[in-house]
Order: sequence, then C-alpha cells, then structure tokens
Amino acid sequence: MSGEGAAVLQMQGVTKVFNGQVMALQAMNLTVNEGDFISLLGPSGCGKSTALRLMAGLMPPTQGRILWPGGQRPGDLGVVFQEPTLMPWATVEKNVWLPLRLRGESFASVKDRVHEALALVGLDGFAAAYPRELSGGMKMRVSIARAMVTRPRLILMDEPFAALDEITRQKLNDDLLAMKAQIGCTVIFVTHSVFESVFLSDRIVVMAARPGRVVQEIAVPAATRDLAFRTSAEYAALTRDVSGALGHAMEAA
Amino acid sequence: MVLETATPVDSDELARAQIARRDRIMRWLIPALAVVASIGAWALYVWAYDIPHYQLPSPARVANQLLVDWQMLGVALWVTLKITAMALGVAVLGGVGLAILFNQSSTAERIFLPYAVILQVTPLIALAPLIFLYVEAPLARVLICAWIVAFFPILSNTTLGLKSTDHNLTDLFQIYRASRWQRLIHLQLPWALPYFLGGLRIAGGLSLVGAIVAEYVVGISGTSSGLAFRILEASYRLNVPRMFAAMILVAVVGVLIYAATSALSWALLHKWHESAIRRER
Ligand SMILES: Nc1ncnc2c1ncn2[C@@H]1O[C@H](COP(=O)(O)OP(=O)(O)OP(=O)(O)O)[C@@H](O)[C@H]1O
Ligand SMILES: [Mg+2]
Repeated sequence: MSGEGAAVLQMQGVTKVFNGQVMALQAMNLTVNEGDFISLLGPSGCGKSTALRLMAGLMPPTQGRILWPGGQRPGDLGVVFQEPTLMPWATVEKNVWLPLRLRGESFASVKDRVHEALALVGLDGFAAAYPRELSGGMKMRVSIARAMVTRPRLILMDEPFAALDEITRQKLNDDLLAMKAQIGCTVIFVTHSVFESVFLSDRIVVMAARPGRVVQEIAVPAATRDLAFRTSAEYAALTRDVSGALGHAMEAA
Repeated sequence: MVLETATPVDSDELARAQIARRDRIMRWLIPALAVVASIGAWALYVWAYDIPHYQLPSPARVANQLLVDWQMLGVALWVTLKITAMALGVAVLGGVGLAILFNQSSTAERIFLPYAVILQVTPLIALAPLIFLYVEAPLARVLICAWIVAFFPILSNTTLGLKSTDHNLTDLFQIYRASRWQRLIHLQLPWALPYFLGGLRIAGGLSLVGAIVAEYVVGISGTSSGLAFRILEASYRLNVPRMFAAMILVAVVGVLIYAATSALSWALLHKWHESAIRRER
C-alpha cells in the first residue's frame, strides 16, 4: 500500500525562517507518493507544524520549493488541526458541510455526502447536535469527517489525537486506517508518539529541533495494521528503532 | 433543567428538586419584595415626617397623578419609546456598518476612526447646540443626538468580534479558498454576534440617555413631546408628583429596552454560546 503511486508532493530544500532569526525548518526534503501514510515525528518545536502549514500553502517558504507534480495544490486538501476547530454556532452536520458550502453547494444537494462522512466516523446519530454537546473525541471525529467529506486526495493532520486518552486514540487510529482504505487518500500525519507513528505509517520522518530538520526516514514494512501487528515482535522492534533514532536526534541537538 | 414530569426516585433527588423549585420562586420573589419594601419605606417616611407633597409626594399621590395625567403621559411615553427604538436601530446600522467597513478596509479605518472616537469622547451636551444650529427637523435632531451616544459601543464591540476569529478556523477558510465575502458571512459575522449583542445592551441604555438629553436641550412641545419635555414642563409648574410619574415612565422605557435586548441575546445565543447556556448538572 505504500510508495508505489506517483509523487503528489515534493519538498525540495524547504527552509523557513521566522522574523529573520528563528530557523523553524532547515532544508527539508520530502517526497510524498500517492497512497502514502507518512508521519512527521519529533520533539516539540522541531518544525512539524511549520512543515504542515507550508504544505497547506498557509505561508511561503523562505527558501526552497514545494512542488505538486500532479498540477497545483489541490483545492480539496483535507486538514485536521490539533484542536477540533469547529464553528460553535453550527450543528455537527452544518460543520461538516462547510468545505462543500464554500464551493457553493447547497445543503440539500450534499446532505447524503455529509451524512456518509459522519457515518464514516461513527457519528451519524449526532448530526443535529451542537459541538458543545460532544466529548473531545467526538469533536475530533467531526473534524475528521469535515476533512473527508470532499473525498480529498491528500489529508494533512497536525497531532489530531494528542489530547485524547490512549483507548480513544487507538480506536481512532483504527478508524483512520479504515477510512483511508475506503477513500484511498494520501495522509501526512504529525505526531509526538512513537507508537502511533509506527502503527499508522508506511514511512516515518524523524525530525530534530533547533534548527528544525529531518534526521532520518524510516520505512515501516507491515502487511496489516491490527491488534496482531500492535502486539508483534516486529512492532516492538520498530518502535525501538524509531525511539533510538529520535533519541539520537535529541542528543545531537 | 428539571423536568416537571420526572418522578423523584429517592429522598436526595426529592430534596434537590425542592431546592430547584424554591430557587425558581426566589428569583422573582426577592426582587419583588425589595421593590415593595422600598415603596413602603418611602410611603412611611412621607407619612411619619409629614413631608409636603411639593417636596416629596407619597407613592399613592404619584400613582394617582399617573392615572390623572395618563392621556398626556401615555402619549409622551410612546414618543420617547419610539425615538429610543429608532435611535437604537440607527445606531445598530451605523455601528455594524462602520465595523464591517473598518474590518474590510484598513484605509477606511485610518480615515474615519479618529472621527468616531472624537464623537464618542466629546460630551453630547457640548455637541447638541451645534447640531441644533445646523439641523432643522426636530426628529432628526433628536435622532442624531441619540445616535452619537449609542453607536460607539456597537462599533467597538463588533470590530473586536470581527477581528478575534479563531486562527485555525481562519486558516481552514483559506485552505478551502473561501472568498473574502464568504469569510465575512460564514465566519466573522457569526463569530462577532455575541460581541455585538454585548454592545447592543449598552447601546440600548445609551440611546435612551441620548433621546432624553436631546429633548431637554431642544424641547419639542405639543403632541410630539416626549417624557423629558414633560418632566421639564412639570418642574416649571412645580408639579412634583407629575415629575415623579414621568420619571418612573422613563425608567420603565429603560427596563423595557434592556429586557428586549436581553431577550434577543438569549434567542440568538442560547443554543451555542457559553454566556447563554445553563449547564446540565
Ligand atoms: N508564526 C511564528 N512566528 C515566529 N516563530 C514561529 C512561528 N511559528 C513557529 N515558530 C517557531 O518555529 C519553531 C517550530 O515551531 P512548530 O510549531 O513548527 O513546532 P512543532 O514541531 O509543531 O512543535 P509542537 O510539537 O510543540 O507543536 C519553534 O521554535 C517556534 O517558536
Ligand atoms: Mg505543532
């Protein structure tokens, strides 16, 4: 499932300097292929969010280039932030409608798609609820449904599950992989968690701070992602490798 | 919220239901008792010290005057209510309109904001004679006065609301290539709504102040005169009970406007905004 597709995104020597002095990201190279699940893993302040924001086109790089071999940056890019980032005045279904609404689609014409996206995250019963009536994990799932509703080719996620407990997180990890399989999209996933990155990704990009940079790319060759994988010796070995690489990066900093 | 039909299952729940019921009654009873008590104290004071009615009339005398003068005072009440509501309407249009303009164009903000501030910080009493010099129509005079004091809280609150949208939501709108107009309609205006409503409550009271002050200065006589003019007129005639009666009606207008803006605020926010939500416990 990994790395066989065509390149959708290439970062070539991308550097970001804030205020002329803070080097948030130094000469980052990354090629993302169609269908990849890539994790950006690293300590706080290593430029993970900066990398994601650059990819999303929310700011320009100071140096280097971001290329979209398939054309320009897709307009239907799905994004999930660390916080649920919902509109508190709108019901769950109206929140999920937003990306389609901004394209000029009326609610009636896309209602089925909205409810399909909600079913995907297991929230079809909560379409009429307001965000304040939901738990933290449920809000996060609404945010994911909103990112999925356009059936985007590429989804960017910035530590979406960081604030959740381990049990909910594992459940959402499973759901995320199922959704990815169903939609067939490419995912770039920022995380602090070694375990999460190993469980989810085809490739882990290990980063170090001050200045933020990529220190290693680790491939995760796994046929299935399930409980068996999570409890396998292979999984344990991989987490050890990744932890080692991360520790190395921290020492070098 | 406590459902009326819910049958309490144990003594704890029964006790809690009782406390909730008592709390609901007390919410009305305590302020009502306070009003009755203060009117009683007033009546007692006038009676005990034998205060002449041209100094301080008794509550009964004021009530009686209100009935006797109802023809005239009722009309004045209606006039003042109408002018205040119109002034508030104009203040909302002007305040929200300017806030949107300033938000969309920083050039417009740089040009016009200083004047908005000058209008706000200059006392109305100082401005009013000038306005009367240049504006002929009595209604327009009063409206301009009321607008000047009332629009600023709406402008500044709405401006703050339009500016303080959540950063991630703003980014999301950019990622989805929303137009400026879409961002305004679907993000900034809903975000600014609670701020606007906060400003509206303040502006409601101020538009009454503006309407009363303007009438004091311009003094419209005849059938189109409001409560302020009736108070002035009664004071020239040393009709103190009528002054009190008119003053009470002014307070009634203020309370009505406050209640209306509060009700509007609740209607628009109670489904989603923290300020209007009663937590389930
Ligand atoms: N808008 C900004 N202005 C100035 N400096 C910034 C800005 N955004 C990020 N930085 C700096 O860039 C560096 C990288 O920040 P970034 O948010 O990308 O880190 P991160 O890896 O996402 O960290 P975390 O895991 O804590 O979210 C930090 O040192 C931060 O101080
Ligand atoms: Mg971050």
